[in-house]
Amino acid sequence: MSDFYEIFGLARSLDLSLDDLQQRFYALSRELHPDRFMRKPVAEQQRALDMSSALNDAYRTLKDPIKRAQYLLALEGFDSGEQRSKDVPPELLEEVFELNMALEEMRAGDHSARQQLEQAEQNFSAMLVETDQQLQALFAHYDPSQSRDVLGQIRNLLNRRKYIQNLLTEVQRAWDANRQSPIAI
Amino acid sequence: MDIDFTSTGHIVGIDLGTTNSLVAFMDLTGPRIIPGADGDKLVPSVVSILPNGETVVGNPARELLLTQPERTVYSVKRLMGRGLADVAEELKLFPFRVKPESEPGSESVIQLQLGDRTFTPPEISAMVLRQLKKNAEHYFGVPVDKAVITVPAYFNDAQRQATKDAGRIAGLEVLRLVNEPTAASLAYGLDKRENGIVAVYDLGGGTFDISILKLHDGIFEVLATNGDTHLGGDDIDNLLLRIALEDVASEWGQDLSRDNEGVQRLRRAVIQAKEKLSFVPTAAIELEYRGKKYEREITRDLFDKLITPIVDRTLGPCRDCIKDAGVSVAQIDEVVMVGGSTRIPLVRSAVENLFRVKPHTELNPDEVVALGAAVQAAILSGAVDNKLLLDVTPLSLGIETMGGVVSKLIHRNSTIPASATENFTTGVDGQTNVLIHVVQGERELVKDNRSLARFDLRGIAPMQAGMARIEVRFLIDANGILSVTARDQRTGQEHSVEVKPSYGLTDEQVEKMIQESFEQAEQDFAARQVREQRVEADAILAAVEKARHHDAYFDLTDAERSAIDKSVNELLLVYHADDHNLIAAKIEEVNQTTLKLAENMMNTAVKGALKGTRI
Repeated sequence: MSDFYEIFGLARSLDLSLDDLQQRFYALSRELHPDRFMRKPVAEQQRALDMSSALNDAYRTLKDPIKRAQYLLALEGFDSGEQRSKDVPPELLEEVFELNMALEEMRAGDHSARQQLEQAEQNFSAMLVETDQQLQALFAHYDPSQSRDVLGQIRNLLNRRKYIQNLLTEVQRAWDANRQSPIAI
Repeated sequence: MDIDFTSTGHIVGIDLGTTNSLVAFMDLTGPRIIPGADGDKLVPSVVSILPNGETVVGNPARELLLTQPERTVYSVKRLMGRGLADVAEELKLFPFRVKPESEPGSESVIQLQLGDRTFTPPEISAMVLRQLKKNAEHYFGVPVDKAVITVPAYFNDAQRQATKDAGRIAGLEVLRLVNEPTAASLAYGLDKRENGIVAVYDLGGGTFDISILKLHDGIFEVLATNGDTHLGGDDIDNLLLRIALEDVASEWGQDLSRDNEGVQRLRRAVIQAKEKLSFVPTAAIELEYRGKKYEREITRDLFDKLITPIVDRTLGPCRDCIKDAGVSVAQIDEVVMVGGSTRIPLVRSAVENLFRVKPHTELNPDEVVALGAAVQAAILSGAVDNKLLLDVTPLSLGIETMGGVVSKLIHRNSTIPASATENFTTGVDGQTNVLIHVVQGERELVKDNRSLARFDLRGIAPMQAGMARIEVRFLIDANGILSVTARDQRTGQEHSVEVKPSYGLTDEQVEKMIQESFEQAEQDFAARQVREQRVEADAILAAVEKARHHDAYFDLTDAERSAIDKSVNELLLVYHADDHNLIAAKIEEVNQTTLKLAENMMNTAVKGALKGTRI
């Protein structure tokens, strides 16, 4: 089976033009979608189903820069490192500790932690933006014929990003839980 | 448009609605609705089973809802692919009875008790479909056995499968299930606008959908969809009905809610008032029943206040959909209104406020989905080749993992067909099967999601725990329906997968229902023939009675007269038998014994006429 880049007739790259990708996706969809095979033999219909589902899976992966990078890492033989996303990146240790404290206090019903939590949310959101910019820069640099070091750096950034994302999700959950329970005065 | 209709058979497009259903087709002039024998384009999705077993569908069944409510089913779409626990609340308002679950919480399909027989929701829907099929066949003069059927975009796998089963039971090959809002966008001719972002707001009788699409040179790419399969005009009817029932209780001192006929008459009065309020500022709910009268004025202001919570329930899904589509409100170029409930002025203004554009209401909101289904039918037949729908799955698909947590495999709003593969292994030494529980929904815990099916992977060679490698592929096809295949990675061998659908029918059950539906169709045909023969018998009996006063009758011999009496008595004896051949035979005997009488009567008439000319 072809890999996602081959399906689109593209070279392995992290810096894709989304417009070009969309054009290719639409053109291939017109060819491969099961609607086009309704009057064909069952075997061909089955093949169209397989090919168009692969096309859709490929488009979904490649149009999203993060998913695209994760996919390329796997393709290049890097383990996804997802199991390591629970390890705190050392440079974030202190901030994560403070955030966890604030989350605990919130859960215990101490609303004075609200401000602290808002601050933490802002910090981590900013970090996410920064990480994305760094990733973007590395994506543009990546050249499959050159050294694999860039991919290693990308993997580390992706792990960091995932970690920050998980923290933000937890903060969001704390807000949601807080919203649901009426505040006793 | 490149259209070639010459090579294609008739593939019809069907909107199987909660309140009404329609069938349409497309030719060179465009998509068109096929009317029923009574000239009506809308076939009410109402089915009645008469005491003799005959099925009645559509407008006549809607009338029977008043006189035989406990034998009549409406809004059955709300029960498709559902379990008893899901619909307990609304079942209280339905006049028909539901067979209690054999084991409570057994995830089995609902059984409706009509007279001494039970029917599942797909069987009832199949009766509506068969009526539409018949209407189309009557229109074309040739058999029709292929269809595109629309479903709410937010229908889950079980609800889609139930709809497909209904098609099969009705003798239709369902070439495609199309999401209603997407179908509507096809009918709206929005592709005249070559590029753009369009939102389709579809509030029907029982379901609500919102879809956001990107249009690009004939490609209709759904970016996101959201909705509520239990929200629609029915909820407004039920709300008004509860108020009216309370009124009646206090005014008449009588609880009408236990009186099925009374409830259905009041329900109709409420619907009439609701529909009027879309066009006039005030309307009355009026009921005259068993010598008593109830009347209540409702102003649009009050109506708006009452239904605001219902209309508001559509706005959350709209906002989520915009977010999921990754667009801003300002980027949405057009909004299209679909479904009868979008005639309500409050709905229109709420949509306009949210999207900040004036929504399109040019096409009849009751017809646009069926018209779109006809366009999709023409796409599948190859007659239309410049348009293509790329739809999405409305709900995430996942499997149960340790601790009752869901592991998501295919996320919601993924373009379909979509697939995912996952590797499984055994947890115990010598284990030869693995049970996979597939769920649909967005929540993290299995218990908060919808159970779709349990797949039993069998025939695993016994080995140490954790050694087996089974690759399982989950595939959602273009209908939004899941299939599962499994392969042993060591041997490359395909594994058998046994499916136990939750709330659904097994293949064997569907086969049995197809068989029964043929028998039912025969029975219906027989009942119709009996009725026709009785009409004939009525006519001849009346003619004989009249002839007994004629001079010619007294000219007959005693033997001739007693022969007539004998044949008439025999006809009366078989009149109530359910055998049209027998009735026809006895009618023929009466014909024979009265031949001479008829002849004599004719002669006297001629003589009389001749006499007349002489004078």
